[in-house]
Amino acid sequence: MSPIFHPRVELPSDQHRYSTLHQRVCEIFQLLIWISNNLGAESTTMKVVVCVKQIPDPALPGELDPSTNYLKRDDKLILDESDSYGVEMALQLVESAGGGEVSLVSMAPNGEVSGLRTALAMGAEEAVLISDDALAGSDALGTARVLAAAISKMSPDLVLAGVESSDGYTGTVPEMIAGVLEMPSITFAKQIEIDGNTVKVQRQTEAGYDDVECATPALVSVTAGVVEPRYPSFKGIMAAKKKPLEELDLAALGIDSSTVGKNGARQETVRVTDAEERQAGEVIEDEGDAHQKIVEFLGELKIV
Amino acid sequence: MSVETILVFGEGDESGPSVLTLELLAAARGLATNVEVFVAGDGAAVATELGAHGASTVYSTGALDGKLMGVHAAATLQTHLDSNPADAVFFGQTADGRDTAARLAVRLDQPVITNNVGAVIEDGTLVVEEPVFGGTQNVFTAFRNEGPSLALFRPKSFEAEPAGGGTAAVVPVDVVDPGAAGSATVTGRHIEERSGPQLDDAEVVVSGGRGLGQPEAYAMVDELAGLLGAASGASRAIVDAGWVPYAKQVGQTGKVVKPNVYVACGISGATQHLVGMKGSKNIIAINKDPEAPIFGVADLGIVGDVHKVIPALIEALKAR
Repeated sequence: MSPIFHPRVELPSDQHRYSTLHQRVCEIFQLLIWISNNLGAESTTMKVVVCVKQIPDPALPGELDPSTNYLKRDDKLILDESDSYGVEMALQLVESAGGGEVSLVSMAPNGEVSGLRTALAMGAEEAVLISDDALAGSDALGTARVLAAAISKMSPDLVLAGVESSDGYTGTVPEMIAGVLEMPSITFAKQIEIDGNTVKVQRQTEAGYDDVECATPALVSVTAGVVEPRYPSFKGIMAAKKKPLEELDLAALGIDSSTVGKNGARQETVRVTDAEERQAGEVIEDEGDAHQKIVEFLGELKIV
Repeated sequence: MSVETILVFGEGDESGPSVLTLELLAAARGLATNVEVFVAGDGAAVATELGAHGASTVYSTGALDGKLMGVHAAATLQTHLDSNPADAVFFGQTADGRDTAARLAVRLDQPVITNNVGAVIEDGTLVVEEPVFGGTQNVFTAFRNEGPSLALFRPKSFEAEPAGGGTAAVVPVDVVDPGAAGSATVTGRHIEERSGPQLDDAEVVVSGGRGLGQPEAYAMVDELAGLLGAASGASRAIVDAGWVPYAKQVGQTGKVVKPNVYVACGISGATQHLVGMKGSKNIIAINKDPEAPIFGVADLGIVGDVHKVIPALIEALKAR
């Protein structure tokens, strides 16, 4: 919380006794700024931490490293689109609460920050990156332990995450983080509302949605597509370059490297095979009669 | 080491166990000598059907009274597994399945492997198969842990088949209180209206994508689906854009469908979508871009404008 400053409204001295209208307006304006800043300061208690993953560009063909069978992550990583919904949701919640702070936490190899900078440019205040060579080969549980350790240092009211990443899509990391932090959680949120110390969520289900609520601090995972992630403005991109970004390793988090990474995962890829590819069939250009071809095909299959 | 007991995390609703639960039972039966089911709900009501599909015992917590399932089921499962050990626990890749497996993994300090479509025993060890890169490659992963292996499976990975067993024994289980972490409560349920054939089991599925151009054009997809007795589906692009509800989404993050015929209208065929439908027996694709990846899996591909081809197709079907 920012310290409270007193307004710089000086007592009028003799020579200023007959101050101009301009000076008066300035003084009142300063007072208003002070009031609004400090009213804001009193309500800026909500701290939201958003978990973001930085992934290989999904538009490029993915590849497994033949020596380890891990997904190759050597090229520049970008903000996972799935997580942009969590960032946007956090920004909206803080805006509607009238103040607060959105922080980011991410785990990535080689000190990668490109995706974090994108989320900072959207409007998050600060970011923490955990990067350590010993983390290569971490599974969902190892990843959750690391993120949870970083989050616990940040003392958030609310932790947000995407439901699942676009590269690994295990969909288990957010709930595991809540498990490690022994925090209540609500997954698959399509709408989130903060009401005092309660978080109210519309949780997507197979049949529709459920209303679910719990006390904060809590973790909520956000379904893709439920908000429209903002595009970073030029100003936002420039500001993001100066925002605080802390890089931590396992030692800084007090995590034993044998519990994470390849050893902690306790699983081994025994082989990778090529799937049987579907053969492409007939492709024709529509010249006004392609629909008849479809009817014939459906007829052969006895659908019509 | 061998695999003797597999515990299946059973799910379902008033109408009975889910098809996915029965698929997991079929898979587990082929791997272990004893298959049991844990139901975070009324297990007695489904014991006959689960028994017929090969379950020897059904552990039942009874109704959870509005508590969110995952965290409570995991706390209860941890205590349960202490006195009723299992070599592996199989979960369906569902919302509650993922929540429960994730919380249980933390409690037991055991790895969980997700998104599987197959499982085998090799040298006494469970090895699971996960498709990657839109199903172009399969990764086989062996568990190397001490204690129960946790695995999640995608729907329609196995064929559900009765095994001819009698009613399973029902054993009540006390719900273990997870403390403050379990404070999330369900205060209301909203069921979206569903009519006509459902995506999960429809013989024919007609799906629309971004190529429809605008939300109103999805009406063509519905009309064509109606004429073919089909369920209507969608790509993630138009679900994210808010044209149609999530329940219609076919793909990695939506439903996996394997109908006799899949008709893709204005869908380019992103990896995310292909994963959910390339198991269909026959695929018809209509798209104006001849380079669209969907043509790589289509049995009949039409390079053309959906706004011309589909209305013509609808007229032709009506005229029959």
